[in-house]
Amino acid sequence: MSEEFKIEIVNPEKSFLVKEDVLETVVPAFEGEMGILKDHISIISFLKPGIIKIFSKSGNENYYVEDGIVEFKNNSLSILTSNIFNVASLDKSKKENLLKKAEEEAGKTDISDQSKYLADQKVQVLRLIN
Amino acid sequence: MASLDDLKKRIASVKSTQKITKAMKMVAAAKLRRAQESAENGRPYSEKMNNVILNLSSGISDKDNAPKLLSGTGNDKVHLCVVMTSDRGLCGGFNSNIIKKAKSYFSKIVSEGKELKIITVGSKGNDQLKRMYGDKIIENVSFKNSKNANYFDADKVGKIIIDKFENSQFDICTIFYNQFKNVITQIPQAQQIIPLNTKDSKDKTSEESYEFEPDEDEILSNLLPKNISTQIFKAMLENSASEQGSRMSAMDNATRNAGEMVDKLTIQYNRSRQAAITKELIEIISGAESL
Repeated sequence: MSEEFKIEIVNPEKSFLVKEDVLETVVPAFEGEMGILKDHISIISFLKPGIIKIFSKSGNENYYVEDGIVEFKNNSLSILTSNIFNVASLDKSKKENLLKKAEEEAGKTDISDQSKYLADQKVQVLRLIN
Repeated sequence: MASLDDLKKRIASVKSTQKITKAMKMVAAAKLRRAQESAENGRPYSEKMNNVILNLSSGISDKDNAPKLLSGTGNDKVHLCVVMTSDRGLCGGFNSNIIKKAKSYFSKIVSEGKELKIITVGSKGNDQLKRMYGDKIIENVSFKNSKNANYFDADKVGKIIIDKFENSQFDICTIFYNQFKNVITQIPQAQQIIPLNTKDSKDKTSEESYEFEPDEDEILSNLLPKNISTQIFKAMLENSASEQGSRMSAMDNATRNAGEMVDKLTIQYNRSRQAAITKELIEIISGAESL
């Protein structure tokens, strides 16, 4: 039996990525990273800023996301997100731009603890890939 | 009767108007294709979002403690209406159809003695509504500078709405937009987004149980504000496709009308030219005869 499942990433503008031969996906769920393999139980969760790692037969890919929702059902993983970038195709200036924005956000003092936490996460992740 | 010279000028001016409307039709057709494409591309997102929310809300055990965005405030005294129109004119009945729909809803609300608040998106709607409902308009958003409908603009509107909801400035929120059916038909829609109308959608939620991480309430309270923006974005996409479609058919009509007008004027011009020649001939002949 094959160990593959389907992944679909959509953002508001379009269907961003569809892959049928995924072996494993690691998503930055809100309560910690979560690895999803075939025949995972149906789950709904949401994402914090981080890297989505997709391991598939046709190669591995990394995507940077800022937020989103994941739904896994019947061996089909849907990720809804408003901000997603392929790490490999992000150039240096774009990364720095994102980092700068995130740092600005994290530097604000008048935001709630949760958004502060999210902004800090963003900075951390972006520093990592920079 | 107009002189030959006047007729000539009118024909020329109608012809140049025709050129303009023809060009506008071409532009609208090109934009329509793009707008339609992005409306279609945007559909999976809002559909998936809707599915997830349906699954979640059916999974919620404690209905009384459900987030307010889903269950409402329990009142229906203050209505917020978001009227989404275009920023540009010359698009046939596009804007007035939305306004008509919205106005009939407004008068219903007002006659029931409920309070009405209006947010207009797009300057054309604001122009038309401020005459009658100027004091009810609490905000006017316009995205003249963005070329295409994009999610960030929708998110801005969504944030304004949620902000007002959290400050309990209204109980029920409805958005007005045109749904794109085809180039000639756009259907004005009124869609309630707060509280979310889950009964409306077909009940095909699977009974399958989901694992939630964190729990349902937390996911829902995170998801619902996003859903508002998504719905607004969907409306914006439908609207921009409708706007271009409506403009295209309006400009097509205008071009055809201008063509008819040019034909009519040309016949008139030729007739009067011939009449003038005949008159001159008669004068010459009768002058020769009298000699």
